[in-house]
Amino acid sequence: MKPTSVLIVGSGPIVIGQAAEFDYAGTQACKAMREEGVRSILVNSNPATIMTDLDVADRVYIEPLTVPVLERIIARERPEGLLPTLGGQTGLNLAVDLANAGILEKYGVRLLGTPLETIRRAEDRELFRDMLATLGEPVLDSEICHTVAECEDAARQIGLPVVVRPAYTLGGTGGGMAFTWEQLRAVATSGLAASPITQVLIEKNLLGWKEVEYEVMRDGAGNCITICNMENLDPMGVHTGDSIVVAPSQTLSDKDYQMLRSASLRIISELGIEGGCNVQFALAPRKDVRDWMGDISAPLPYYVIEVNPRVSRSSALASKATGYPIARVAAKIACGKTLDHIPNAVTQRTTAAFEPALDYCVVKIPRWPFDKFHLGDRTLGTQMKATGEVMAIERTFEAALNKAVRSLEVGGRSLLWERPEWRSATELPKQATDERLWALMAALRRGQDAMELSRATGVDPWFLQRLLSIIAMEKRLLNEPLHPELLRAAKRCGFSDEMIAQLADRLPEQIRALRHEWNIRPVYKMVDTCAAEFDAATPYFYSTYETENEAAAVDGAGAVVIGSGPIRIGQGIEFDYASVHAAWALQRAGLRSIMANSNPETVSTDFDTSDRLYFEPLDEEAVRDIIENEQGNEAEPPASIVQFGGQTAINLAEPLRRSALPIIGSSAETIDTAEDRRLFERFLQDLGIPQPPGAAVTSLEEGMKTAQNIGYPVLVRPSYVLGGRAMEIVQNASEMVHFLAQAAEAAQGKPILIDKFLEGSEVEVDAICDGETVLIPGIMEQLERAGVHSGDSMAVYPPVHLDAAEKETIRDYTERIVLGMGAIGLTNIQYVVLPRLPGEGPRIYVLEVNPRASRTVPFISKVTGVPMVQLAVNAMLGRRLGDQGYPGGLWPERDLVAIKAPVFSMSKLIGVDSHLGPEMKSTGEVMGIDRTLSGAIAKALLASDLALTPRASVLLSISDRTKADALPLIHKLADAGYTLYATEGTSKMIEALGIPVKPVTKILSGGHPNVVDVVMDGTVQCVINTTEGRFTGSLRDGFHIRRAAAERRIPCFTSLDTAAAAIDALANASEYDVATLEEYVAG
Amino acid sequence: MPDARLVLADGSVFEGRSCGIEGRADGEVVFNTSMTGYQEMLTDPSYAGQLLTLTYPMIGNYGMDPAAEESSRTQPAGLIIREAAAFPSHLRSQGSLQSYLEARRVVGIEGVDTRAVTRRIRRHGVMLGTITTGETAAEALARVRALPGYDDANWVSTVTTGEPYDWDHASAGALYRVALLDGGVKRNIMRSLAARGCAIRVFPADAAARDLLSFDPDGIVLSPGPGDPRLLAGMIGEARHLIGKVPLLGICLGHQVAARALGAGTFKLPFGHRGGNHPVRDTVSGHITITAQNHGYAVDPYGLDPAAYVSHINLNDQTVEGIAMRSEPLLTIQYHSEACPGPLDNTVIFDRFVGLLAEVRGGVR
Repeated sequence: MKPTSVLIVGSGPIVIGQAAEFDYAGTQACKAMREEGVRSILVNSNPATIMTDLDVADRVYIEPLTVPVLERIIARERPEGLLPTLGGQTGLNLAVDLANAGILEKYGVRLLGTPLETIRRAEDRELFRDMLATLGEPVLDSEICHTVAECEDAARQIGLPVVVRPAYTLGGTGGGMAFTWEQLRAVATSGLAASPITQVLIEKNLLGWKEVEYEVMRDGAGNCITICNMENLDPMGVHTGDSIVVAPSQTLSDKDYQMLRSASLRIISELGIEGGCNVQFALAPRKDVRDWMGDISAPLPYYVIEVNPRVSRSSALASKATGYPIARVAAKIACGKTLDHIPNAVTQRTTAAFEPALDYCVVKIPRWPFDKFHLGDRTLGTQMKATGEVMAIERTFEAALNKAVRSLEVGGRSLLWERPEWRSATELPKQATDERLWALMAALRRGQDAMELSRATGVDPWFLQRLLSIIAMEKRLLNEPLHPELLRAAKRCGFSDEMIAQLADRLPEQIRALRHEWNIRPVYKMVDTCAAEFDAATPYFYSTYETENEAAAVDGAGAVVIGSGPIRIGQGIEFDYASVHAAWALQRAGLRSIMANSNPETVSTDFDTSDRLYFEPLDEEAVRDIIENEQGNEAEPPASIVQFGGQTAINLAEPLRRSALPIIGSSAETIDTAEDRRLFERFLQDLGIPQPPGAAVTSLEEGMKTAQNIGYPVLVRPSYVLGGRAMEIVQNASEMVHFLAQAAEAAQGKPILIDKFLEGSEVEVDAICDGETVLIPGIMEQLERAGVHSGDSMAVYPPVHLDAAEKETIRDYTERIVLGMGAIGLTNIQYVVLPRLPGEGPRIYVLEVNPRASRTVPFISKVTGVPMVQLAVNAMLGRRLGDQGYPGGLWPERDLVAIKAPVFSMSKLIGVDSHLGPEMKSTGEVMGIDRTLSGAIAKALLASDLALTPRASVLLSISDRTKADALPLIHKLADAGYTLYATEGTSKMIEALGIPVKPVTKILSGGHPNVVDVVMDGTVQCVINTTEGRFTGSLRDGFHIRRAAAERRIPCFTSLDTAAAAIDALANASEYDVATLEEYVAG
Repeated sequence: MPDARLVLADGSVFEGRSCGIEGRADGEVVFNTSMTGYQEMLTDPSYAGQLLTLTYPMIGNYGMDPAAEESSRTQPAGLIIREAAAFPSHLRSQGSLQSYLEARRVVGIEGVDTRAVTRRIRRHGVMLGTITTGETAAEALARVRALPGYDDANWVSTVTTGEPYDWDHASAGALYRVALLDGGVKRNIMRSLAARGCAIRVFPADAAARDLLSFDPDGIVLSPGPGDPRLLAGMIGEARHLIGKVPLLGICLGHQVAARALGAGTFKLPFGHRGGNHPVRDTVSGHITITAQNHGYAVDPYGLDPAAYVSHINLNDQTVEGIAMRSEPLLTIQYHSEACPGPLDNTVIFDRFVGLLAEVRGGVR
C-alpha cells in the first residue's frame, strides 16, 4: 500500500565504513518518492550531502540523528512511513531504537522496506543462525559471547584461530582475528566494548576462503532478483570494504554462481525484505591453494557470512557496476510497487524485473588514508580502514585493474610502483596491507611462483595469472621496439601512456603522439545493464581499446566537469556536492554537462546527474581523451571546469593549459598565482594586504635558514596539496629536519611553504566573482585556536567574535584579492584575525587563497540560501552576478546560528596519532543549526556523538589573560552541579572563589594524576582550555590536553563563550528547536 | 595465434585471432548474454548451425569440467569471443578453453569487439556469417552470401539421437516412466527428471507417437532443440496424438511443437532470446522468475486451441513463454527450467510435471 508521506533517515557524518554511498542512496530515494507522488521528509545531520538540498526532498531536516530529535520531527510531520534502509547502519539502528521506545507505535508510523523482526534477525547473531538453519543454509561454527571468559570457552571449542565479530557495529568496529590466546583476550575486550549490547560472536576462521557477495532485490509480491555478484581478490579475513573487488565473479563456474544466487534468493525471501539486501558468502578455495581443506565434493562448500538487510556500500558499487539503480528501485518497492511495474530507466523499454548482464569487468580498489597517517597500522583485517574507493570499467580484468590503480591518485603510483626497500628484500610482504597488490606484482616480477604465492596469500591463482600477463606486457615494452601492434596491445592491457613511456623510454607526450599517428585511440562503450541486448539511452560510458565507439560527439555546446575522485581525508563528499551542482547549473544554463569521475559511491556518478558520464580515472591522459572524444569533428574542444573537484581537478588545470585545452572559470595562471609562493607574496604585497612572513623553499638548507629568519614556531606545508597533507607546526630546528623531509615527499618536487605561525582566530570565506563583482555569501569563524586544520575545527556561521570593522576588512581584502587575481567563479580565502591592540584597527592576515570550491561550499550554501555553485558556474559562462539577482559584497547574515563540527574515525585506525594540528584528520562533518548559539552547539555535539552528561566532571585550564572572563562560566558550572578539576593556577583561582575544585598538575613529568591522565582514564568528560595569545609553554600543555580529549572523544572547548553556550545547552538538553532547513533560512 | 576474421552477410568484418582450430566455420550469428556457463552453451544442441557470440568478454576463466557437458559433443558451428582465458582456475577444471576447442575441432575467433557484433545483430537481426582464417574478407563474404539459409535446414535431424536409449543415470527404483522426444535435449533435463524419480527413455525426433506410447510412459517430454519448428511437421503431427494421452511437458522447441500442435503459429524473433536474465511472469499466479533462454523462434498464440491458454509471458517483449491446458495435463515453457547455464528459479516446473504424473496415475507405480 502506497504511503502518502515517508520519513527517510540519512546516515549522518562520513566515517570509515559509512561514506558517500548513502548520500547517493538517499538522493535516489527522494527522487523516486517524488516520481511516486509521495511526500518525502528527510533527516540527516550531514550538510555536505546532495540529499539535504532543499529541492531534493519535500521537507529537509539537518538535525542530529537521535531518538528525541526524531520523535519531535515525527510529531511535527506525522509521516505515514519510515524508510530506514537507505541510511546505512545508522538508519537501521535508529529505526530499532524508535521502535523500542514505542515512538513508531505512538504516532502510527509504518516501518517500510525491512520489517523490524528482520532487522533483528539479520543483526542478532543467534537469530540469524537460527534462520539459516531453518533454510538449511550452512551455518558457521560459532558462539555468541558476552564476556571475555565466554569468548575463551568458545574459542577452546572451535579451536584457534578464530574471528571476533561484535554485534551491531559498523564496519566491524572493534572486531578482529585471534591466532593466540593473548590476542583473543585483547580482541574480545575491544569487541565487547564496541558492541552496544556487549555481545560478540566467536567464529571459525575461514582465512583464505573466497569471499563472494550478492546484491539481491525483493518486492512486496515476493518477486526476487539478483542485481550483481562480486568476488573479492582478497580472500576471507580482509573486510570486504578493504578488499579489491571484481564484478562479476571471475572464478565461479555457472554451477557455483547459481548455487550462491539461489541461496541469496532463499535468504531474502525468508527475511521478508521489501527492497535491497546484500548477502556475503565464504566459498571453499581450490584445494591446492588451501591444502588443509578436507574433502571438497560437488557442490563446493560455502558459508553464509553476513546479511545486510538494507542498501549498503556494496549496493552502491553494484549500482554503478551494472547501471541498475538499486536505491531508487528499493524506494519504489517501499512505496508498494512491484518490480514489473517499475520501468528500467536505462533501457526505458524493459522493467526493473530483470538481472543485469555485464559485458565488461569492474574492479574496485579501496582508498586508504595511510598516505596521511604514515604511522598507522597498514595491516588489513576484519575492521575496515578505507575512507573511500575507486571503480574502473574495462573489457578485461588487466585493463580494469590498471585503470583502477590510476584512479586511486596515490602519489601518481601505477602498477609499476615498488617500495624502495623491496629492491633489496629477499622476501616480499605477503600479509594483507594497502600495498599488497604492488607487493604481489613485485614478487611475480622477481619470478616467484604464482601457485606458491597463492598458497601464501589465499589469492586465487586466476588473479595472479592475470597479474603475470600484465608483467609479460611490461617485459615486451622493455625489450621490444615500440610498434603499432605492441602499443595497441599495451593499451588493451590497460597500460597508461605514462607507464608505456616509463618502460619504453619515452615521454608520455611522445606516446600520445605515437598513438595518434598510429590511430590508437580509446572508444567509449555504454554501461547499459543488458550487454547491448536492448537499445539503451543511458549516457554512461567507459573507455576501452576496441573498434566501435558508442559515444559519438553530440551537437551543442557542453562543458566537462572534472570530479574529485575517491573520498579521502581532506577531499570528501563536499567536492562531489559541488561537482553535482556544477553539472546541474550547466544544464540549467542550456549546456550539456559532461561529468568525469572515478568514484562509485557518489551522486556525481549517477547516470542521470549529467548529460554524459565518463567513468574514468582523473588523470591527464583520461581527461584529454574524453575532451578529444567530445570534440569530435568540431573546431573547438569543449571547455573544462576544474574548480569543483578539489585538488584532483585543480591539478589538471596546468596540463590542460599545456595542451591548449580551454578551462572556464579561474585560469591556470590565476591558480598559479595562488599556489606559487613567490607570485602570491608579490601579489599581496602589491595589494598591500598582510600575510604571515614566510617563504617557499626547495631544499632542506633553505628551509632551515628561512625558519631561523622568521623565528619559530613555523608552519610547514607542501604547496599544491589539499587537506593540509604533511602540514605541521614546527617548534624548533631539530623537529624542522624531520618535518621538512616528510613535506618534501608529499610535495613531489613542488616547493614547500614555511610561514610564521600566528595565533589568532581563523576565519574562512568563500567568494563568487564574475570578473567585476564579488559576492561573499558568508564568513565562517573557527571556534578553535589557529593551527588546528580548518577541516578539523568547529566553525560557526555567522562569526561570533568579529566586529563590524573586522568584517569590513575581510570584505575589502577578499574583493581586492579575488579581483586582483582575476579569479572567476569560486575562491576560498583563509584569514587569521589577531586580537585588536588598544587604539588600533583590525589585524588580519591572509593565510591561504584557493581559487576553487572549498569544503565549506555546501555548508555555506545551505545556511545562507545562496546557490553558490550555480552562481559560480553562471559567472564562468559570462553571466553577471547582478543579472542573476545577486549584488556584490557581504550577503546579509541570516537569523540563525550554524555550527559545523568535525567527525573523526580515529578509533578505527590503530596507531594513528589523534593530535589535531594543521594536517586534517577528520573524515566527515555534522551541522548543528538553531536560532541560538547554545542550541546550535548542543545539536552539533549531539550529532557528532560528543554529548555531555549533566553533572559531569570538567577539566579547566584557563590562561592568566582570560581568568577574569572565566568567572561567570566557573560559577555556572558550579551551580549546575559539575565537578571541577583544574590545573595549578586555575585551581587556585577557583578555590579563592570558595568553590570546591580538585587540582591536577599540568607538568607531565610532575607525578600522577596529571592533566592527560584524568582525560585518558575518564575522570573528566569535558575540557575547557584557553591559552595565551602568544606562543608559550601553555600552548604546549594545551596540545597534550586537547590531543587526549580527541582520543577519548570528549568535547574540548578553547573558547570561553562557546564553552558557556555548550554548558547552557547541555544543562537543558531539550532547549533546542527542531525545524526544517527552509524554516531556519527563512528566519 | 594467426589472424582470423568474422564476416557477416551484411558485409561487416570484425578482425581477431584464431582460437580453437584454424579453418572456416559458417552459420547464423547469434549472441548470448550469460556471464557464466560457456561450456554448457558450447554443448547445447540448440546452437547447431550457429556461430555463438558470447557477450561476456573473458571466457574460459574457470576452465572446462566434464560435469558441465550438456550433450556428447560441442554444438555451435563456431565461437566468437573477446578473449579466451589462457590460465583457467577452478577446483574442477581439467583444461583450458583453447585445448578443449582444439580437441573438439571447433573453429573460433577471439579478440573481437563482441559488443559491436552484438549491437549489429540487435539492430539488423540475426544473419549468416563465417569465421575464417586464410581468406580475404571479399572471398569470405562471397561464400557467406552463397550459404543456404539457416531457417531452411532441419537442424533437429542433425542433433537428435539415432536410436532410442535409456537415460542410464536414473535410479533403479524409479517411480515414473517418461518418454522423451529428442529434438536436441540437454542432459540436465534428464538429470532433473531422474532426481525426481523418473526413468527416462529417449526417442529419436522422427519417432511416432505409438513408439513413445509403447513404452507405457506416465508422461511425455518434448525436448528443446535447434531450428525453425515449421519444418517439423512430422513431429508436430505426432505430438497431436500425444496430447491428452498422458501428462506432457514441452520445453523450448518442445513448447513450440506443442503450441503448433494446438493450432498456434510460430515466428522468427529478430535476434532471439539468449541469456540467463529474462523475466517471465506466470499469468496465473502473477509471480515473476528469472529464466534461462535460448531460442530464435517464438509462439504466436493466434489460433491456439481454446482449451489451451498462455500460462507464461516474457516481460521484456510480451512474447509467449508457456502454455497450458485447462482440462488436460499439459504444460509447456519456452525457457529452460533445467538451467545449465542460468538461474535455478524454475526447477519447480519439473516438480509440477512430476506432480501431474502422480496425480494422473493416482499413485506410485
